[in-house]
Amino acid sequence: MSSYHLNYLEQLEAESIHIFREIAAQFERPALLFSGGKDSITLVHLAQKAFAPGKIPFPLVHIDTGHNFPEALEFRDWLAAEVGATLIVRKVEDTIRLKNLTEQKGKFASRNWLQTHTLLDTIEEFKFDACIGGARRDEEKARAKERIFSVRDEFGQWNPKLQRPELWNTYNGRIQKGENVRVFPISNWTELDIWNYIRAEEIDLPSIYFAHDRDVIEHEGQLVAVSDFIRLDDSDTILHKQVRYRTVGDMTCTAAVESNAFTLDDVIKEITATKISERGETRIDDKVTEAAMEDRKKNGYF
Amino acid sequence: MDLLRFITAGSVDDGKSTLIGRLLYDSKNILIDQLEAIEKQTKNKEAGSIDLALLTDGLRAEREQGITIDVAYRYFTTPKRKFIIADAPGHVQYTRNMITGASNSNLIIILIDARLGVAEQTRRHSIIASLLKIPHVVVAINKMDLVDWSHDVYNNIIIDYSAVARQLGLKDVTYVPISALKGDNIVDRSEFTPWYEGKPLLEFLEDIKIENDINLDNARFQVQYVIRPQTDDLHDYRGYAGKVISGVYHKGDPVTILPAGIQSSIAKLEIGGKEVDEVFAPQSVVIQLADDIDISRGDTIVHSNDLPKTSNEAEVLLCWLDDKPLQPGNRYYIQHHSRLLKTVVRTIEYRLDVNSLQESPVDGNVKLNEVVKATLKTAAPLVYDSYSSLNSNGSAILIDETSNSTVAAVLFL
Repeated sequence: MSSYHLNYLEQLEAESIHIFREIAAQFERPALLFSGGKDSITLVHLAQKAFAPGKIPFPLVHIDTGHNFPEALEFRDWLAAEVGATLIVRKVEDTIRLKNLTEQKGKFASRNWLQTHTLLDTIEEFKFDACIGGARRDEEKARAKERIFSVRDEFGQWNPKLQRPELWNTYNGRIQKGENVRVFPISNWTELDIWNYIRAEEIDLPSIYFAHDRDVIEHEGQLVAVSDFIRLDDSDTILHKQVRYRTVGDMTCTAAVESNAFTLDDVIKEITATKISERGETRIDDKVTEAAMEDRKKNGYF
Repeated sequence: MDLLRFITAGSVDDGKSTLIGRLLYDSKNILIDQLEAIEKQTKNKEAGSIDLALLTDGLRAEREQGITIDVAYRYFTTPKRKFIIADAPGHVQYTRNMITGASNSNLIIILIDARLGVAEQTRRHSIIASLLKIPHVVVAINKMDLVDWSHDVYNNIIIDYSAVARQLGLKDVTYVPISALKGDNIVDRSEFTPWYEGKPLLEFLEDIKIENDINLDNARFQVQYVIRPQTDDLHDYRGYAGKVISGVYHKGDPVTILPAGIQSSIAKLEIGGKEVDEVFAPQSVVIQLADDIDISRGDTIVHSNDLPKTSNEAEVLLCWLDDKPLQPGNRYYIQHHSRLLKTVVRTIEYRLDVNSLQESPVDGNVKLNEVVKATLKTAAPLVYDSYSSLNSNGSAILIDETSNSTVAAVLFL
């Protein structure tokens, strides 16, 4: 094997950095949508490498549902300060109040649908022309068909029938006024790629990705953290378990998994051995309908 | 562990979805909840069997209309390699999707139904593979169980396809007799093909050498973005960020900046903020030059003794990808990597039939999925190579000025 050879993580990294630089060059006001999860933390790391020794030339934007894990919020603030990026936070709570939106009811009332309202308002407020997200194509079948540069109309809607052909490494980010592009630099990474990269690059993560003790209830086979955001019923039994999170979303719609993984090596071992997909195991919101993600994307969601 | 990107060409009838499902399933990349979901949907429930084609089932919008809209990307990993599959629908109206999926592939799997042999669409897929210079071709002769694993059927298909491959100049062609449905010669060698001496499909995909697919001889680099921190400690820093398109660059190399033709040399090379002595394709890097020159996005930096073409006029093949036809004389943008220029399509010499390779005259407009030879005139010089000699610097896209759609794939001749 020649010495001019990249392994698969180096190839994925080179591709993602290339995409980041295209974003910075093609758009006037890009923003990186930061959730506090491992995928968006990886995005920040890649963006840092893309623009080094300069700073990341766009803000980090967090659409805060108010249902986040405190550990994720704390990490978000620390990371933004660490990389010297501007952090913009907009709260779903405020949109609900201002626009008199109706919240979901029920045991795990989720603000997942409502965050699209806040996202679109934030895009308008700052006139963002490109929003960078950490979606991966291996996550879900609607994502498997979405372009890396995904043009959305003024309502943020994805039209799977009107996607631009995306050839070679040439990205066409030209848009009309009012349109917006969602860009996914880690489209071609899988969950395991992300973890292997985090290990190789020694990227810091919020503590909830590793095994810790937590009060949970069991609901349809999934472990949900006890918090102010879910309704406890008389039939619920509070269990004390050692868990970790495979994905970090809202406390209302992200399930924990029982785990003994205290280090990155442990986590990778567990993921390699797992028999259930990331979304299947930990996302309560995707189970509502089989086409849940497709519907959300068509309505302006990531 | 490295990365192999491949495209599968064929229609549902050839068993393409079943083959992809089989690769994902047998390489143990399908997880329980995904299996449960398709078990529920499997209509014909023989004991223990599931419909593997459902693993690649698409969007609800597609199911409702019974069509496949677009290229889907699938991922699987074995201990030897990570694989990215571009799963493109194969019918004639989807030439656009095949070109999209093929543009990033090292390898194409062309599926042939053993009962039907080399069909019109086999030729079409092979022609696209040859136009886009996909380095490796695997002809998977499927449904061998339905021809009783006949060695003669297999041999006759090889004879027929070899003629196609010879005509198209496809060099690296490998044949595998399979049954995607039953799993023969996918992961394990089939007991029904004692006469087959090659590897099962997955083993072949794991072992095929792809290092030489990247050109490391001719150094090409285009500026994507200029990094200028303008902070106190980095006041004079000016780094040219971009991807090494091909070749290798070393610190100290004498270089020429095109199209301006200015000479300089490489003062410093960086990757992710760390200084290195050399960089190579396809790394994303930063180049600093010894001289203070005005360079911007789209400019090309090459070795002074190995220059690409620099011209306002280019002979090209255009693969038309838009519903709105090409009208000769219309203005478009051409995007060659990060260089965006106004262009006009001047002469259209002939149309290339993607089923027969016949050239025919063009009267009037060029429609979706048609391939034509044309001349482009650009507002400023393009810096490029011919696709056949250096494909990574020999391709571009055309963009409609008014709709902003990507309307054509451009291959420089």
